[in-house]
Amino acid sequence: MPEVRVMSGNMSAAYGAKISGVEVIAAYPITPQTTIVEYLSQFVSNGELKAKYIKVESEHSAMSACIGASATGARTFTATSSQGLALMHEMVVVAASMRLPIVMAVVNRTLAAPINIWCDYSDVMFERDSGWIQIFCENNQEVLDTIVQAYRISESKEVMLPTMVNLDGFTLSHTYEPVEIPDEDEVRDFLPPYEPEYKLDVDNPMTLGPLVTPDYTMEFKYRMEEGMEAARKEIPKAQEEFHKLFGRKYDVLDGYMLEDAEYVLVTMGALSGTAKETVDELRKEGKKVGILRIRVFRPFPREEIRELLREREAIGVIDRAHSYGSRPPVYLEVRDSLYGEETLVNSYVSGIGGRDIRTDEIKWIFKDMEDSSKKKEERMHWIGLRR
Amino acid sequence: MKEGLRELPPLPAILDPGNSTRNKTGGWGAFKPNIDKNKCVYCLLCWIYCPDAAISRLEEENKVEVNYEYCKGCGICSQVCPVKAIEMVRR
Amino acid sequence: MREIRFHGRGGQGAVTAAQILADAVFREGKYSQAFPFFGAERRGAPVMAFARIDDRPIRVRSHVYEPDYVVVLDPTLLEVVKVTEGMREGGILIVNTERNPEDIACETCSKVATVDATTIALDILGVPITNTAILGAFAKATGEVKIETVLDSIRRMSPAKPEENARAAERAYSETKVLEV
Repeated sequence: MPEVRVMSGNMSAAYGAKISGVEVIAAYPITPQTTIVEYLSQFVSNGELKAKYIKVESEHSAMSACIGASATGARTFTATSSQGLALMHEMVVVAASMRLPIVMAVVNRTLAAPINIWCDYSDVMFERDSGWIQIFCENNQEVLDTIVQAYRISESKEVMLPTMVNLDGFTLSHTYEPVEIPDEDEVRDFLPPYEPEYKLDVDNPMTLGPLVTPDYTMEFKYRMEEGMEAARKEIPKAQEEFHKLFGRKYDVLDGYMLEDAEYVLVTMGALSGTAKETVDELRKEGKKVGILRIRVFRPFPREEIRELLREREAIGVIDRAHSYGSRPPVYLEVRDSLYGEETLVNSYVSGIGGRDIRTDEIKWIFKDMEDSSKKKEERMHWIGLRR
Repeated sequence: MKEGLRELPPLPAILDPGNSTRNKTGGWGAFKPNIDKNKCVYCLLCWIYCPDAAISRLEEENKVEVNYEYCKGCGICSQVCPVKAIEMVRR
Repeated sequence: MREIRFHGRGGQGAVTAAQILADAVFREGKYSQAFPFFGAERRGAPVMAFARIDDRPIRVRSHVYEPDYVVVLDPTLLEVVKVTEGMREGGILIVNTERNPEDIACETCSKVATVDATTIALDILGVPITNTAILGAFAKATGEVKIETVLDSIRRMSPAKPEENARAAERAYSETKVLEV
């Protein structure tokens, strides 16, 4: 029987890995990811999880160990945050390029300087172009469920790309709330053992990731893009089957009160919950407002976003990161999705370094969208900045 | 003509092991090693040091020989030989 | 939805108190959420933790600014932190102190409750960790959750001395003085 427990986002991530039947874990602790590593090492040491736990001296080594393990055909898990992800970066790209279905929980935290342990997405946005599938979660249940789904998606023979499951540092990682842990036997039906078509095997040797000339790299990189295209089909399939088996429905995009909404705020991650509550309040005042939460950020659902957003009065995009000297990353992609349309798109950089995002601020954003649409001007704001 | 997109595996891998033996590198050097089997004491230092694994052991006679199809003529074997049994000569 | 703010000092277990409360109310059939506000914490520094209780799933993720209930784990905090800041009209203030509720100022409160949780913790646990005792006072003052459920959650979630912690909460429940304002 599935069990419901009040638990943190980090514990949900650890349980997600456990019920997925991971065989190798290599991770290095960093705030706010640390307890994921602690729970998993506990599971392994008390025999609840039959996996090899590899202690490493850095995140770079953690991902290197995961790459080696995954290449031999083991189901592999790791987790990191912020500076750890930055240090890991070199091997993050190698993992995707070697087409290894590693799953990594990224507990989002800003990047120094100044040193700060709280949430924003500047850590993961540096991995935007790494070739990993990237999914952002709104609550702890979604963290657990998405890790299970991630193995199914990543291990698909058409996809063969790793997945990052993002959860907001502290806002999810250290928040306790009810989470259902699915039955492990039922998870086995959804997620059969990993059997790769290509693997490092002493009886049938191959060389993985050798030096090549300019004659070859381009073809392999193009195949990565094909893997992403395949993921566009595999992700909805996995979500649908997950829904059938476990009763919880997930989509690439999570629309809230969208149907007649004139003003739509595009969000990602945990702040989407606060935004949905705000929409409920504004709807009571008769405002036609809605939320579009991007759950799957890579592959980016460009066509779907265009279809959903093209005929609105104005769109606002919240970014918890910035691209200095340009415009923030999610904004750019939403703007690009609406290229050629007359839809107004505003940018709202907020929640940088864990700055709390309140209902009042989301209300202000909707008001600004309404105002900008009347004046027909696109706006860019840093929300909550002291002037 | 190189392999097309669909002829390559989806991941950057070489699937046929040992395929580097198809690449004969024996013609690369200006010099080649010449082993004086009478001097050779079968210490196997050359066998260990050869970067191309182009030295074979002749176990029955306790001597070594050079595989000239792959020897690039780098001369390391000649340098490490403690009894000066390997002389580099013009190809 | 009811929102709760815990004020404590690093090491007193305010964060764990919020987690235990969330567990207890969930086991009584309600939805709950508990989360810490981590500053640059050291043992003894003022800290905060938050909790929410509702009849439907809780989506809001911002800090708690307008609490219905404020729980103070350390009497000395009353002098350094404005614990009633933003408190809703008719809210309940629960304080660990030797003093009587009459001596604690809160004009907008419907109730003020006090308990000498430090003495209880020292008697039973031998350390001034007041988080489990104050939960007994919370159950008494607010009626949000049954003391039995709180004791059960304490037994399951206490990192150490589960039985002693449950006893501390039980004794605090019986010793809590509640004043209707």
